[in-house]
Amino acid sequence: MHELPITESILKIVLKHAETNNVRQVMAIHLQVGKLSDLEDEWIQRYFDYLSKGTVAQGAKLKIERTPIMVQCNTCSASYEAEMAKLGDLVCPACGGRAGTLLSGREYYIKEMEVQ
Amino acid sequence: MENIRLIEVKEEILADNIKQAAEIRERLRKTKTMLLNLMSSPGSGKTSLIIQTIANLKGSLRLGVIEADIDSTVDAEKVAAQGIPAVQLRTGGFCHLDATMVTQGIDALAVSDLDLVIIENVGNLVCPAEFDTGAHKNVMILSVPEGDDKPLKYPLMFSICDLLLINKVDYLSLSDFNIAVLRKRVLALNPDIAIMEVSCKTGSGIEGWIDWLKREVEIFRGLK
Repeated sequence: MHELPITESILKIVLKHAETNNVRQVMAIHLQVGKLSDLEDEWIQRYFDYLSKGTVAQGAKLKIERTPIMVQCNTCSASYEAEMAKLGDLVCPACGGRAGTLLSGREYYIKEMEVQ
Repeated sequence: MENIRLIEVKEEILADNIKQAAEIRERLRKTKTMLLNLMSSPGSGKTSLIIQTIANLKGSLRLGVIEADIDSTVDAEKVAAQGIPAVQLRTGGFCHLDATMVTQGIDALAVSDLDLVIIENVGNLVCPAEFDTGAHKNVMILSVPEGDDKPLKYPLMFSICDLLLINKVDYLSLSDFNIAVLRKRVLALNPDIAIMEVSCKTGSGIEGWIDWLKREVEIFRGLK
């Protein structure tokens, strides 16, 4: 639901890097987004297409890599990957511990961009 | 055809918000004003809780309220009618408050004269969880009619809060809401969260919430 402000931030950062690198055209932008985020890839692209009109980023494809939700067991400290729907019912694969601390899964990161 | 180059960006998309939120926390630490971000679904009782809180804190803590609403001033009018400073931020369709909007709210309140500012965030369990408001404490309300499955659907919200208030417990007898199941689901996600049962309507459990709030403000202000 908050794709619009996220997309505005992406465009701002992309245009900043495009300017300092004398970019004529941005072809693609590689993002890392945690699986805990409810962002819809399709909507980010739609907002991006709309916001980027008339800039060097017009037409750029957003390539979104989803980073896994990693949890650390509060009992034995083992870390493991968890599915979002299972977060309320965690079971550590190493010791069976039922509580954990979130290590990752909330990322919002721009890795790199392909440009001409 | 020109060759395609790869440029390393390596930037946090939300870096501006993260920075602004840190500035708010630092600024309010200097004035010893604790900022509390109150989040929940629409209709779960945020405004009712704030009104109960004002009535219970009058004379003991100096309180201010920042109200967020997509496009109305109903909540701010209710709060201002209680005689405490309140500002209304219209988010203009946005589904959450960010640190820039909160800064505007803080600028509009005379925060150096306040011990506690409560932000009533936009009613929504998704987006507000993603945007740091600069608050020192995050509190959420889940009301009984919403159901005990919400931690499974909105895990991020439950994982970032310091306190969960289960409101409308006066409805429990009419509902299949299972408090034990809910507690288990929430604590698996966030073992450090405090959980309290309240009813803003009957006043049950409100004393525990007020005690929690007073204690947190005292700790924040370095009195304990």
